Amino acid sequence: MQSARTPPPQASATTAIDVDAVSMRFTLRHTRSLKEMAVYALRGKDLSNSFDALDAVSLQVQQGETVGLLGFNGSGKSTLLKLISGVMRPTSGSVRVRGRIAGLIEVGAGFHPDLTGRENVYLNGAILGMEEATIRERFDDIVAFSEIERFIDTEVKHYSSGMFLRLAFAVAVHTDPEVFLIDEILAVGDEPFQRKCLEKVEALRAEGRTLVVVSHDLGLVERLCTRGVVLQHGRVIADTDAPAAVAALRATG
Amino acid sequence: MTAPPAAAAGDLVVPGRGAGLLDVARRRFLLSLLVRKELRVRYRASVLGLAWSYVKPGVQYLVYYLALGIFLQLGREIPDFAVYLFSGMIVVNLFSEALGNATRAVVNNADLVKKIYLPRELFPVASVWVAIVHFAPQLLVLLVGAAIAGWRPQLLPLLGAVAGFVIVVTLATGLGLLFSALNAVFRDLENLVDLLLMVAVWLSPVLYSWRQVAAVPFVAENSWLLTLYQLNPVTVAVELFHWAFWFPAAQNQPEGSRVGPEVLPPDLLWHAGAGLVLAAVALAVGQAAFRRVEGRFAQEL
Ligand SMILES: Nc1ncnc2c1ncn2[C@@H]1O[C@H](COP(=O)(O)OP(=O)(O)OP(=O)(O)O)[C@@H](O)[C@H]1O
Ligand SMILES: [Mg+2]
Repeated sequence: MQSARTPPPQASATTAIDVDAVSMRFTLRHTRSLKEMAVYALRGKDLSNSFDALDAVSLQVQQGETVGLLGFNGSGKSTLLKLISGVMRPTSGSVRVRGRIAGLIEVGAGFHPDLTGRENVYLNGAILGMEEATIRERFDDIVAFSEIERFIDTEVKHYSSGMFLRLAFAVAVHTDPEVFLIDEILAVGDEPFQRKCLEKVEALRAEGRTLVVVSHDLGLVERLCTRGVVLQHGRVIADTDAPAAVAALRATG
Repeated sequence: MTAPPAAAAGDLVVPGRGAGLLDVARRRFLLSLLVRKELRVRYRASVLGLAWSYVKPGVQYLVYYLALGIFLQLGREIPDFAVYLFSGMIVVNLFSEALGNATRAVVNNADLVKKIYLPRELFPVASVWVAIVHFAPQLLVLLVGAAIAGWRPQLLPLLGAVAGFVIVVTLATGLGLLFSALNAVFRDLENLVDLLLMVAVWLSPVLYSWRQVAAVPFVAENSWLLTLYQLNPVTVAVELFHWAFWFPAAQNQPEGSRVGPEVLPPDLLWHAGAGLVLAAVALAVGQAAFRRVEGRFAQEL
């Protein structure tokens, strides 16, 4: 299902994310050791082949939009979020963003199992760009949101995986970013906590923050998002409202 | 808010392009947490904790002292050999730990590097700070030992030691940036650096005196070799520490075994200047190389 695509509009004053003709080519190396590379080079063998995870993707997200990014496994969704958050740089094309980004590419990245919950809140908060005073100010809110007060001074390695995710999500939603990238994490925790996460995300949306949500939960995308973008083999095959995007994805599968 | 510089919802900016080491200076709080994390993790579940950072150099020192000072009798040629050995050794230890850890810093933090953007220079810089934390108690031990041997502080030599410290830290940061970036792409590098560090220990006048190098006939015939040897920034720092901590003690010996200024290399201050310049160059090169390779970290790790 190919949506008739006009050339993307120029970035305007309210554009939050501007992805322009972005391609991402990964070089799949067979070896990483200098010795083997030298051997390969001497034999004239090709060391690597390349793979386009994203192919000329253009996408503009306006401030306040909630965009659902859909696609099957390996279609390039996480790669696109990593490019937007600055973790990776595109092979060609340009990515530009307005305002502070929080990329929740994976909950709990930056948490260290040997530190206590409290220490991890500070460390992760600082990693996500918060100042010491800000973290101190929001600390109680973060802990209250995660509902793990009793274990906050326990080392994180003794947490259950749900507790761990709760705390990590709580820190992330309290970083106060203008642009929020969420990859597959709304399905964390038990039911009550999931509901709480969704409420929080909706509150963020109501505040006019920009959200890009990756999820395989199509119902959730339909409910939450104002727009849906479907990726297939690294290309945008649909960019429309959320229900139509979900339909487009179903049609390709 | 000093956090990410482009924070204000102003212009559209390219994400993931920081200001390098300047960003590290802006995010000191995060840096301090990373340093603390590394120390905590290293000494987790250990009873002695940070005390281990005394034990290791302590044992190393004893072994060198016994083997070289007593068995090989180097102590006869170098008065106050114990102080001489230790003042050089803490410099080389600082350098090896800082550079060794910094080289692995990006790879060890792969999890973060791949998932969240933050100025990646933070990781090697945090490693250098950890080495400085370990250096502090060793310096304290040196001060006490030197004082017992008759050392009294003098302003100019102490400034020299400060310069030596700055040289080592700057050089280790610069090379650490370079090697940690390259190590993300070629894992062989960390082993290469280990090798290099082993050579560095023996190539600096820690276990012997520069005069023994100068006395080698081949070096005596080719005086540029000696200059080259002495321009090694680590050697410069070692000699500056000798000047600050060992020389005053060795001068305080009874008549007869007292040493004169000829035990210190001539032109030490010039070498210090050159060392500072070389270390600054290493820092600039390291930062530039790091920024060039940084864009590939997330996909290479
Ligand atoms: N660092 C890398 N090096 C090489 N190939 C990579 C790298 N990162 C991703 N890829 C490849 O890029 C493609 C897209 O990956 P990506 O993680 O973006 O998919 P996705 O849409 O998020 O999939 P999923 O739904 O499973 O999360 C995959 O084929 C993957 O193998
Ligand atoms: Mg993914």
